[in-house]
Amino acid sequence: MSIFSSKKSWIQLTIWVLIIALIIAAPTLLPVFRLNLLGRYLSLAIVALGVDLIWGFTGMLSLGQGIFFALGGYCTAMFLQLNSSEEFPNGIPEFFGLYGVEKLPFFWEPFKSSIFTLISIWLLPAIISALLGYLVFRNRIKGVYFSILTQAALLVFFNFFNGQQKLINGTNGLKTDVTQLFGQMVGSEIMQRWFFWISAVLVILAWFFARWIVRDRFGNILIGIRDDEARVRFTGYNPVIFKTIIFSIAGGLAGISGALYTVQSGIVSPQFMTVPFSIEMVVWVAVGGRGTLLGAILGAVFINYAKSLVSEALPASWMFIQGGLFILVVTALPEGVLGWFRKGGLKKLLFLIGINKKLETYPGLEVNEQGEVKS
Amino acid sequence: MSSPLLELKQISVSFEGFLALRDLDLVLNKGDLRAVIGPNGAGKTTFLDVITGKVLPTKGDVIFKEKSLLGQKEFRIARKGIGRKFQSPRIFENLSVQENLALSVSRPKTPFSLLIDNLKVKHLDEIQHLMSIVNLQSKANIRAGALSHGQKQWLEIAMLVGQDPDLLLVDEPVAGLTDEETDLTADLLKSLAGDHTVLVIDHDMEFIRRLDCPVSVLHQGHVLKEGSMSEIQKDPLVIEVYLGQSEEEE
Repeated sequence: MSIFSSKKSWIQLTIWVLIIALIIAAPTLLPVFRLNLLGRYLSLAIVALGVDLIWGFTGMLSLGQGIFFALGGYCTAMFLQLNSSEEFPNGIPEFFGLYGVEKLPFFWEPFKSSIFTLISIWLLPAIISALLGYLVFRNRIKGVYFSILTQAALLVFFNFFNGQQKLINGTNGLKTDVTQLFGQMVGSEIMQRWFFWISAVLVILAWFFARWIVRDRFGNILIGIRDDEARVRFTGYNPVIFKTIIFSIAGGLAGISGALYTVQSGIVSPQFMTVPFSIEMVVWVAVGGRGTLLGAILGAVFINYAKSLVSEALPASWMFIQGGLFILVVTALPEGVLGWFRKGGLKKLLFLIGINKKLETYPGLEVNEQGEVKS
Repeated sequence: MSSPLLELKQISVSFEGFLALRDLDLVLNKGDLRAVIGPNGAGKTTFLDVITGKVLPTKGDVIFKEKSLLGQKEFRIARKGIGRKFQSPRIFENLSVQENLALSVSRPKTPFSLLIDNLKVKHLDEIQHLMSIVNLQSKANIRAGALSHGQKQWLEIAMLVGQDPDLLLVDEPVAGLTDEETDLTADLLKSLAGDHTVLVIDHDMEFIRRLDCPVSVLHQGHVLKEGSMSEIQKDPLVIEVYLGQSEEEE
C-alpha cells in the first residue's frame, strides 16, 4: 500500500502499534492502584484537549471548564445510583433518606435510562456551554473579561451544587464506587480495568476528533479569531458562531472527561467545580504546549502523575512545584514543553550546557594524537 | 449607469459631542476608482468604519446596491460585497499565505462548510491567480507573519480581491512601502477598478496622482472639494488645509 511506502509512515505505524500494545498490556504491567490513577489522568486529558481547542487555538481562556466536567460526572453518577437503588427505601438512592426525601426529584427520572445518560454526558454540557458561550460572545466579551466571567459562572455552579442536599446530596456528592453496573461493583478491579481501557480509547478518539476540527480552514478560522478577530469579521465570517461551536465542543469533551473521571475516582462532588481545579486544567495545557493537541494530552497525564508521585514522597510540596512549573512555562517556554521541543529547543539547550558543540564558523584543524596539527 | 453602487447620504458621526463626520455625501458608481485624501483627523477612517458597519452613524444613511446598510453586522456587510483593507496590514500572521487566501476565497463562509467541504478546484485556481497578481507564488507556504511589510500589504489586498467584493475600501495601502512598491500598488489598484469599484484613502500625493482618478478631499468630517488631482492641487482652500495656514490652528 502506498501509505506505508515512506519511512515516516512506518515510524508512525510502529508508534501506534506500541501505544495500543501498551494500553492492552497496562493492566498486567501496573498495580491496580497505579492503573486506576493512570486511567483517571487519561480521562483528564480529554478535558485538556477541550481547553486547548478554546484557549490554544481560539484564544479564549476559560476558567470554568470545571462546570462541564462536573456535569458529565453528575449525569453518570445519577444513572449509577438509580441503577443500584432497588433495595433502598422507596427504591431511590440511599442519601435521599437522610434528608427525608421520599420522591425522586423530577430531573432524576430520565437518568434511569442508560441511553439517555450516555447522550446527556456530553450533550448536556455541550448545550449549556453553547448557551453560556453564545450570550457572552454575542456581546463581544473577550480576553480577561471572558476569563472572569467563566470563573464567576463556575462559582455560581459550585455554590448551587454545594447547597442542594435534597436534590443531589450537596457537598457530599454522589458516590459511584459502591454502585452496580452490569452486575458488577463499579469500584471493582475488573470494572476499573474496563474504565481504563475506555478512557485510553476515548482519549485517542478525542484527539483524532480535535485534529479533524483544526486540520483545515475551520481550524484556521479559530487561529484567525485568536490573532485578529476583526479581520475575520471583515472577511465575511461570523466569529460568534465559530466561538460558540468550539466552546460547546470543549464543553462536551469536558463532560465525557468528567464522566470517566467520576467512575474511576468513585465519587462526583462539587469539589470538581472548585476554582483551583479549573485553573489546573489550564496549567496542564500551558505546560504541555498550547496549540499542540498532543501537548495537552501529555501535559494532563504527566503533570497529574508527577503530582501523585511527588505528593506521596513529599506531601504538601506539590503546590510549590506546580507553581514553579507554571512560572517556568510563562517565562521561558511560552509555547509549552512540546511547542518548545518542536521549535528545536532541545538542540539549543544541549549547546547551552555544552553537550553538543556548536558548529565552528571556520573549518577546524585536524589534530593527531600528539596534539600536533596535521598538515 | 443606473443607480450608484454606493451612496452616502448626509452622514454624521459624533463621538461624545465631537463630530467626526458631518453631513458627508459621497456617490460611487460601478467601476469607479476614487481617492479620498485629507489631513489627520479629517475622518477618513471613521468614514470607512461607517460603511463597513463598525460605527453606526448618528445621522444619515448608507445605501449599497439600493439597500441601506445601517445596523447590519460587519460580517454581513462583508458578504454583501464590501471588502476592506486596514491601515496597517492585518493578515493572519500565524497562517501561511495560501491559508490566508483560502479563508478569503472560501464560500459559503459557514462553519459547517469549512469543516466538511474541501476547497473547490475553482477556489484553488483562484488562490494561485491571486498569488500571481501580487507576486507571492514563491511564498505560498510561508507563514504570513514572516513576509516583508510590503508583501503583507499586498497579501491583504489579494485577500480583499479574493472575497470578490463589488466595492474595495483600501485604507493607506502604500504606507511604509518603497517607491517601486508604491508604483506597483498603484498599477494594481488601477487594474482592479472597472471590474470592481475601488475607494482608496491615502496621504501620499505622488501615489494619488499616479492613480489618476477623481479625488475627494475630506476636512473636518466634510467633503471639502471633489475633482481631479490637478484641480485639487490648485484649489486655495485645499492648499490652506493641507499646509496648515488656516486661521483655525492658532
